[in-house]
Amino acid sequence: MSSLELSSLYQLTITRLKLTLREPEAIFWIFVFPIVLAVGLGIAFRNRPPEVLPVGATTPQLVQALAADSGLKANEMDEAAGLHAMATGQIVLLAIQAGDGVTYRYDETNPDARTARLLADRAIQRAAGRHDAVTAQNQLVREIGSRYIDFVVPGLLGMNLMGSAMWGLGFSIVDARQKRLLKRMVASPMPRWQYLTGYLLSRLGLLVIEVVVLLGFAWLVFGVPFRGPLWQLGLVCVITSFTFSALGLLVASRAKTMEAVSGLMNLVMFPMWILSGVFFSAARFPAVVQPFIKALPLTAAIDAMRGNMLQGTQLGQMMAPIAIMLAWLVLPFAVALRIFRWR
Amino acid sequence: MSAEANYGTNHTSRDRGCDAAALCIRGLRKSFADVRAVDGIDLEVQVGECFGLLGPNGAGKTTTIEICEGLTPLDEGTVELLGLKWQTDAEELRQRIGMQLQETQFPDKLTVEEVLRLFRSFYRRGITVDESIEMAQLEEKRRSRVGGLSGGQKQRLAMATALVGDPELLFLDEPTTGLDPQARRHLWDLVEGLKEAGRTIILTTHYMEEAERLCDRVAIMDHGHVIALGTPKELIATVGGEDIVEFAVHSQVSEARTPPHEQGPVRGDTGPEAPSMEVNSGVDAAALTAIPGVQSHRRDDGVHQLSVSELHTAVPRIFAALEEQGLHLSEFRTHSATLEDVFVRLTGRNLRDE
Repeated sequence: MSSLELSSLYQLTITRLKLTLREPEAIFWIFVFPIVLAVGLGIAFRNRPPEVLPVGATTPQLVQALAADSGLKANEMDEAAGLHAMATGQIVLLAIQAGDGVTYRYDETNPDARTARLLADRAIQRAAGRHDAVTAQNQLVREIGSRYIDFVVPGLLGMNLMGSAMWGLGFSIVDARQKRLLKRMVASPMPRWQYLTGYLLSRLGLLVIEVVVLLGFAWLVFGVPFRGPLWQLGLVCVITSFTFSALGLLVASRAKTMEAVSGLMNLVMFPMWILSGVFFSAARFPAVVQPFIKALPLTAAIDAMRGNMLQGTQLGQMMAPIAIMLAWLVLPFAVALRIFRWR
Repeated sequence: MSAEANYGTNHTSRDRGCDAAALCIRGLRKSFADVRAVDGIDLEVQVGECFGLLGPNGAGKTTTIEICEGLTPLDEGTVELLGLKWQTDAEELRQRIGMQLQETQFPDKLTVEEVLRLFRSFYRRGITVDESIEMAQLEEKRRSRVGGLSGGQKQRLAMATALVGDPELLFLDEPTTGLDPQARRHLWDLVEGLKEAGRTIILTTHYMEEAERLCDRVAIMDHGHVIALGTPKELIATVGGEDIVEFAVHSQVSEARTPPHEQGPVRGDTGPEAPSMEVNSGVDAAALTAIPGVQSHRRDDGVHQLSVSELHTAVPRIFAALEEQGLHLSEFRTHSATLEDVFVRLTGRNLRDE
């Protein structure tokens, strides 16, 4: 037997890794699910060409005038048909010939309808001979890094690291406790700290696969940018994973049943799924709750990841989120070690 | 009570002191909430001995063994293993003892080999993984996952994890509970092999035949006390006879159909006002115990038990005596006295009652 084979820390880590990789459900949630989610969101929020707004007009002249604007698609219909079409959402605006003038019928609270009103009026006025007083030119921006997919990939990464670390630790610890395996282990000369360290080291192994799979996919398929140094992104991922491992350890430190630990997990993770800016910016929540949201470990993790990937922010400028994560690492770990139930 | 005699052996070994003992327990007490699980026990196990803790569920066996294994802290008393104490030498002790606990489930998705490699890595010295697989006779299953093992194979795997550190002291907590008879016998063979190899073994069980077959000495526990201690032979001898006769008499036809005064001459004093139980049990115990070779009589749930030393001469006389009393047998059987009978005599209860 080699000396590595006789090392208990090595054996604990390897055993942990094997157990995770032999669990088909774990493979799905850790590796497949984030990709499925990224694909789904990528399709849902892909950048579409500027939207063409459907409008209606009561005379052929008006239809012709409106057709001059590429942002509008006009159909001729009488007033009754037009009202019906608007009520059913087929058009957002109806232009009605009224003597020499024109009446626009639209819903002012609908932004599309307001846009249509501006475009329609401009087209009709131009057709009637109006000239712009000032010449204007457009410069169109379609920059990588400001798309929704760019925003959501770091969020998914953070969420995935949180989930896999917490489930990975929490479930297997409670499972081992329930099966009296934990008791059998501490009855052996195994150093207790190695048992927990084995978990962390096996997390590191899985982390590499997890991060590379998700980010590699996002880079290849969506061209998501990596503007900051990759090693710093890697470090942020490691800290994130350890932070949530510590939380998972805390959640699992006393629970005796799977039901109990699942409930606790969801209690801890659910607020963060919503508040921490995975799918939309956390800045949308009211200012009063912002300090609370900022103090959550997932918010800090995602902020740091977005900073690195999208803005190329250096680690030195992200000390606040890093400090928040480290606090969430140290405190739960210390508490968990104190209250951990080995049997 | 002749149990005193058993405590006598205890006293002599106490005088020998704990120095040479592999395990030495003095005045051990442990309570959980308001339940006294272990209520003052003294025991010692010599090197090379196979020692059994026998008793019904809840007798305190597992608590005692888990205190010895360093899993449960004690309230009062001292426990020394190999001359070491848990309070000061826990690390050293864990290296030198091996154990199989009740209800341990190893991860289903690991193979036999992987489990043993993991456990082997915890010990500074020990046998190789291959040797432990061989000892537990799991060669054919070495690459099988735990989830696919039978109950007996899982128990042998647990045994292998106990042996992989080459322990000086081996604890087995109910090693055969829940196993089918064949798997149980297989495990017994294994333990006997370990005994022959000179290992010190402490096991708990609530199967008397297991204790009788495997153990050099047995302590019978009940309600946190040791109520008897000695070799299985010595303990069985305290029952007073080598054999047990059990019989039941025809329960008299119930009084609803036959008034008592119309019944046969059971007992002179039987009147209509006598409780029917008395009528039905109308066995003259004194007449039975007067028979040479019959040591004692007791009744349990309608069945009479006699401990008998000269079965071949006593049985005809028992028949004759019952005939004389006008009783008809509905059941009659004999068996060699077992530790179960010792327990019954000491507590008036059956081992498996609870």
